[in-house]
Amino acid sequence: MEKTKINITDEVAIHISDMNKWFGNFHVLRDINLEVRRGERIVVCGPSGSGKSTLIRCINRLEEHQKGSIIVDGTELTTDLKNIDKIRSEVGMVFQHFNLFPHLTTLENCTLAPMWVRETPEKEATEIAMEMLEKVKIPEQAHKYPGQLSGGQQQRVAIARSLCMKPRIMLFDEVTSALDPEMIKEVLDTMIQLAEEGMTMICVTHEMGFARQVADRVIFMDDGQIVEQNEPEEFFKNPKSDRTKLFLSQILGH
Amino acid sequence: MMTKIAFVRKKEIPPSAPPITEVGLIGWLRQNLFSSWLNSILTVLSVYFIVVILWDFIPWAYGGHWNTKSLRECLDLDPDVACFSVLTARWKQLLFGLYPAEEYWRPTLTFMFLLLAIVPILFPRFFRFFWFSIIYPGLAVWLLWGGSFWSISIVYIGLTLGALFFLSLIRRYLKNYMVAAILAFLFTVVFFLFISNPLVGLLNVILPISLPFVESLKMGGFTLSLIVGVTGIVASFPIGILLALGRQSNLPVIKMICVGFIEFIRGVPLITLLFVASVLLNYFLPPGTNFDIVLRVVIMVTLFSAAYMAEVIRGGLAGLPLGQHEASASLGLTYWQSQRLIIMPQALKISIPGIVNTFIGLFKDTTLVSIISLRDPVGLASTIRADQKWNGIYWELYVAIGLMFFIFCWGMSQYSQYLERKLKTDK
Repeated sequence: MEKTKINITDEVAIHISDMNKWFGNFHVLRDINLEVRRGERIVVCGPSGSGKSTLIRCINRLEEHQKGSIIVDGTELTTDLKNIDKIRSEVGMVFQHFNLFPHLTTLENCTLAPMWVRETPEKEATEIAMEMLEKVKIPEQAHKYPGQLSGGQQQRVAIARSLCMKPRIMLFDEVTSALDPEMIKEVLDTMIQLAEEGMTMICVTHEMGFARQVADRVIFMDDGQIVEQNEPEEFFKNPKSDRTKLFLSQILGH
Repeated sequence: MMTKIAFVRKKEIPPSAPPITEVGLIGWLRQNLFSSWLNSILTVLSVYFIVVILWDFIPWAYGGHWNTKSLRECLDLDPDVACFSVLTARWKQLLFGLYPAEEYWRPTLTFMFLLLAIVPILFPRFFRFFWFSIIYPGLAVWLLWGGSFWSISIVYIGLTLGALFFLSLIRRYLKNYMVAAILAFLFTVVFFLFISNPLVGLLNVILPISLPFVESLKMGGFTLSLIVGVTGIVASFPIGILLALGRQSNLPVIKMICVGFIEFIRGVPLITLLFVASVLLNYFLPPGTNFDIVLRVVIMVTLFSAAYMAEVIRGGLAGLPLGQHEASASLGLTYWQSQRLIIMPQALKISIPGIVNTFIGLFKDTTLVSIISLRDPVGLASTIRADQKWNGIYWELYVAIGLMFFIFCWGMSQYSQYLERKLKTDK
């Protein structure tokens, strides 16, 4: 399948420079420098504990960084709560464990944030929500509760919920890791579809097939550092560092 | 060559009925009461004890006297049956305490309105007159204590004006909620300090509506239990939520205040607090201040159960996965939006059994006010037994009081079970 490459622009969506983060005494992220263009699709991989989830959680400040700067859509992440809320409403995030709101129906999960954060009228919010549920192919589940859906369906609802905010950037944090194998595909298909529409995406994932198919750039992290980054073709064919080689042999070996 | 077929079914035999020992009454008995030797023995013993108790209780209660003038008279008629005459003679007192007899309609009406005010809160889907629940507290205070209608209404008028002032401020001039809230607060304070009194005076002249004043010491019986219990329940709930949130706050000062308050209140017996309310508070207040005793008790009971409520709700908050906070934050919801829309609805749902437990405890603890000589039903029981006509009566009085408390508490418990079923969303 031919990859669409039309979307990458010169506009900078995320700019991270010299960013460092500690959990107590533990140095989780070291001197991260990363620039993401609008429309770019990035896959972040690496062994567990390498800091890749922490990195993308810093982008919408679910984690606070201690040194360096992160600029998202031209706004720097500081302790200013207003800026943080604004950035969060522009940056969608999908989690490993879905984190749907179990006390609300699928539809309510999707309309809640637009109605309260964007102050969209209920009717309009419902229309958008149905449109997004249609996009992830589960409009018929709109009035069920998350507890009544399968894992794959829940994850697709979670994607739809983020999309309802019309985000400019989407972060995916190991979204298929908690799913049964037969459900991984339906979620990946949704993500591929999004990628083809030109959404700026950063995906932490171990799905190397997905990385090959949609990523513009693959980033390999180990020990809190970006060890290597390259176009997927090159990345998989000619990994430069030994650590990347080791990781790839482990993950692709069987 | 064809193999020889030994058997071919020609017609279908209908399935047999399940054995009689597995279904119906016998099946149920076997499954639930006689499933094992130990179970059977326990069943027989329990039935024996129930029979023994009822054997004595039913004739005692059923044959009870209702219309004698004193306990003496009862004993002369038949000493082995109940003497419910004490209830016939004193039921009004048990319900209303020392409330003036010609004004009994007021607490009665207040109680009926209470049911009306509670219904839309308990069953919001079916009853939608929330406005009545909002005006009810003022209405109840006016009906019970009496006085000028306007001096109660003015509270509502003042608060409504304050709210309108706040709304118009943020609509037109300010986007800053904090400043608008402070200005609106000042406006309300000024209203109550300087404007409300002359306004009430004026309204009293133009349209005098008032009820005879009844002082707090006259309140008693179940009226008092309900005043203290219901106000305590309604007020302690939001305070408990705020304390629970405060205890989890990232702001050290707020956290310290909340933890200190909760631990202090939980570490002190309610009776001590009630004594403080009734006796000690007078020493600290400036001389001549008349701080209503019922109000003081309500405040203490409220604070007491708010501390317990906070811990119950904290349990619910702790039961929520961190992902819920993260998901709502990642959608851009502010702290208060996320608490209100995502966190609290789930935390409260988890805490329903504990919350209702606290409510029931609070309602029964209202009987402790008898210690500081307020006349709740238990306090009245002592008063009644001090009357020489009824001196020596125990069972009839306390059974009746117990039964009334049971009805309320059982109702609360039933409602909580209904609510849990209603809020179940996983299947």
